[in-house]
Amino acid sequence: MRGTSVAPRVAMTAFVVLLVVIPWIAPPFWVTLGNYIGLYSIVALGLVLLTGVAGQTSFGQAAFVGLGAYTSAWLTTHAAWSPWLTLPAALVLTAAMALALGFITLRMKGHYLPLATIAWGIALYLTFGNLDWLGGHTGMSGIPALSIGGFGLRSERRYYALIWAVALAALWASRNLLDSRPGRALRAMKGGLEMAEAFGVDGARLKTVAFVYAALLACVSGWLYAHLQRFVNPTPFGINQGIEYLFMAVIGGAASVWGAVVGAALITVLKEVLQDVLPALLGRSGNFEIVVFGIVMIVLLQFARDGVWPWLARLAPTRRAGTVPAASPLPSRQADRPRHAALLAVRGVRKTFGGLVAVDDLSFEIRPGEILGLIGPNGAGKSTTFGLISGSLRLSGGEILFRGRSIGSLTPYEIAKLGIGRTFQHVRLLGYMSVLDNVALGAYLRGRAGVLRASLRLDRAEEARTRAVAARAIERTGLRTHMFDEAGSLPLGTQRIVEVARALAADPVLLLLDEPAAGLRFLEKKALADLLRGLRSEGMTILLVEHDMEFVMGLTDRLVVMDFGEKLAEGEPDAVRQNPAVLEAYLGGT
Amino acid sequence: MDLSIAALLAQDGITNGAIYALLALAIVLVFTVTRVIWIPSGEFLSYGTLTLAGLQLGKAPGTVGLLVALAIVAGIVEVASSWRRGELARLPWRLLLWVGIPLAIALVLARAAPLHWPFPLQVMLTLAAVTAMGPLQYRIVYQPLADASVLVLLIVSVAVHFVLTGLGLWFFGAEGSRTPAFSDASLQAGAVVFSAQSLLVVLASLLLIGVLYLFFGTTLYGKALRATAVNRIGARLVGISPSFAGTLTFALAALLCAFSGVLIGPITTVYYDSGFLVSLKGFVGAIIGGLVSYPLAAAGALLVGLLESFSSFWASAFKEVIVFTLIIPVLLWRSLAAHHHEEDE
Repeated sequence: MRGTSVAPRVAMTAFVVLLVVIPWIAPPFWVTLGNYIGLYSIVALGLVLLTGVAGQTSFGQAAFVGLGAYTSAWLTTHAAWSPWLTLPAALVLTAAMALALGFITLRMKGHYLPLATIAWGIALYLTFGNLDWLGGHTGMSGIPALSIGGFGLRSERRYYALIWAVALAALWASRNLLDSRPGRALRAMKGGLEMAEAFGVDGARLKTVAFVYAALLACVSGWLYAHLQRFVNPTPFGINQGIEYLFMAVIGGAASVWGAVVGAALITVLKEVLQDVLPALLGRSGNFEIVVFGIVMIVLLQFARDGVWPWLARLAPTRRAGTVPAASPLPSRQADRPRHAALLAVRGVRKTFGGLVAVDDLSFEIRPGEILGLIGPNGAGKSTTFGLISGSLRLSGGEILFRGRSIGSLTPYEIAKLGIGRTFQHVRLLGYMSVLDNVALGAYLRGRAGVLRASLRLDRAEEARTRAVAARAIERTGLRTHMFDEAGSLPLGTQRIVEVARALAADPVLLLLDEPAAGLRFLEKKALADLLRGLRSEGMTILLVEHDMEFVMGLTDRLVVMDFGEKLAEGEPDAVRQNPAVLEAYLGGT
Repeated sequence: MDLSIAALLAQDGITNGAIYALLALAIVLVFTVTRVIWIPSGEFLSYGTLTLAGLQLGKAPGTVGLLVALAIVAGIVEVASSWRRGELARLPWRLLLWVGIPLAIALVLARAAPLHWPFPLQVMLTLAAVTAMGPLQYRIVYQPLADASVLVLLIVSVAVHFVLTGLGLWFFGAEGSRTPAFSDASLQAGAVVFSAQSLLVVLASLLLIGVLYLFFGTTLYGKALRATAVNRIGARLVGISPSFAGTLTFALAALLCAFSGVLIGPITTVYYDSGFLVSLKGFVGAIIGGLVSYPLAAAGALLVGLLESFSSFWASAFKEVIVFTLIIPVLLWRSLAAHHHEEDE
């Protein structure tokens, strides 16, 4: 993302120079093609964010393009609005529609949004074609050309400059967005939803934001299209075009903003060629290019899912930046350390899965500033209890109080906001992101920068402080040398420590650790124990769910022992060790 | 609107709804067993109608060419995968299965076309030919992607829809086809007239649903598919091969779609690309059942049929708009019913 080597800058400069030069040296047909590539790039860029980054998909982007085009077409021809005023109107209308669709579908599994966009895209397309006041299937003509302060944009060449200025601005803003607080959370939506929610990210809301962002880009493209063609009809806004937009993003490489441009260019040029060649070759007219596009997609998804861009990017290798700017860390989230007798109270908690009782009438308390160990044999219900406290599982009965407030019905991100941080038993890191970025995601709740500020690069001061926080957490956990490594490249034991560092970056009052010592070597365990002791001395409260008795015995203040979903014993480690019931559960009796 | 018009609209709606229900069931079946959101189901419906129409005209349908093309690709895929895994000894059997059978069906289809076989035989041949394309599609497209996410499988499905639509245009041509009615008879019950055609469609759909019910409830293969739908890894552990389950599923689903193609033929003119919109109506029905419940999917499909037929009376230009907009309140209802944020597989 943040290259310091020269090659990408050279490539970038060459690209921009080429863009600027093309309209002056190339034949008019190329300029037209360039215009369309620009328009399509803007739409595909939205899909890169939505699909490649956030892991959601829409086949209905063409409908949003149509919404932008039709809004401006009608308002300029029937209501005599200035085209510059129709743009905000179109954006508001599009945002409202996308917001409604996203709100409805994005709380559910990922396939409902694409299905909804197919149906909605077709419905809107047919509506355009059937409403007489929108010109029906023949469409609307006489849309005015754009002009900037008397400088007319009637010629294709001048319009080209406008389209690509918008496209480059959108690329710049999207790239900024990905390298920011909301961008990190957005990247976590793909395969890391539960983890991100545990650090305060409202997943459904963020996915909706991504969808609206993509819809707005599509709308801008439609607005530009309407004033380029100065005529609209329903044809370019149908479902097939919507599908082709997605193909552009996927073929180009949906993980990078540049994939959008590459994909738009490839599909546009390929379509132009195929529409000439195929009918001549087959001796029959028809849009046979969709067969080729479809086959390319199938082969690509079977063999090279990341698209074309990664291959191009390899030609100009980037090095990851190796410095963290000096900045004061973000303010602590906890001004006052709590003085409740019990920081967390678990009261008569029960959890059933169908007929299976996993946790039955469990009660215990965690006192401020202590390390409480929750132990028990396999299947005792430790992890279920952990899930209930962190909000990833719903209570079947009883209640859980945090600082005197019931949290049993809260979502994981609401619980995170109250000051509970956690790690995951099965490591949940974003493997392709650096350790620093992974840990910085932990500090999500300590920052405030939103999509707009991030896109416009107004978040840099806060971002520097976030990175300072993350760097500090990484140093405390002894991972300084791995700060810029890809998280997925580390050994599993080290990844567990990254989990701890990420939880620390959140600055929690209560830290929930789910088997943090599993898979660690002796010295690593010792270092982890020292770290936890250090945290306790600073006033942190820790709940430790663990398997490893030796690790727990030397570290914890008190233990709660579970077996078969019930509490077997509670007390200081030495007392628990002598408890006959505990001995029987662990060593097996008759 | 008086009672007789209402009865007529209801009859239309239920007839179409029965056809959508078959598609909805195919969609639910494919999704639960393989996680594939089967957008190209509609093309199988089109192929069904167009194949039967070809046979009725006494000319070899485009299905012949399609089968040959798919068999060749499947052959190449088989050779490549056998080579990669060093299982060349098994190759002849696999080629017989994936290339031999489709080619044999294509041959019969080409030979039988000019002979004007009796109608039931033509229907059987149509079903066999289109059903064969289901497993071929699975083998070529989806089996290599068995571990992909639902999202990737969905995007692939849309790509397959593109390919099959384009191939449909190439092999069947741009002209639409309609098959003759199964029967011109009608039944009078008071002021209401039932056409035998509609009754046949509904009865045939019910019959097929009944057969499927027995298949899933009583046979070992049916139970294996149900087990795979409930727990993919668990089913694998007890010895149900995922690729076998996928192959069987796509055969059944293709059969359902081909059957609905045969049923829809006398009702409406079918073009190479007509299936897409029909399948989307099946999808709206299937989504009402959350893509997992068979009875709710079938009921949802009936609702779609009724809504479509009544809205064609009130606002005929907007009947598709109304049907596809129905998905919004349906999704809203499902979304509010979903208590927790769902994570993708």
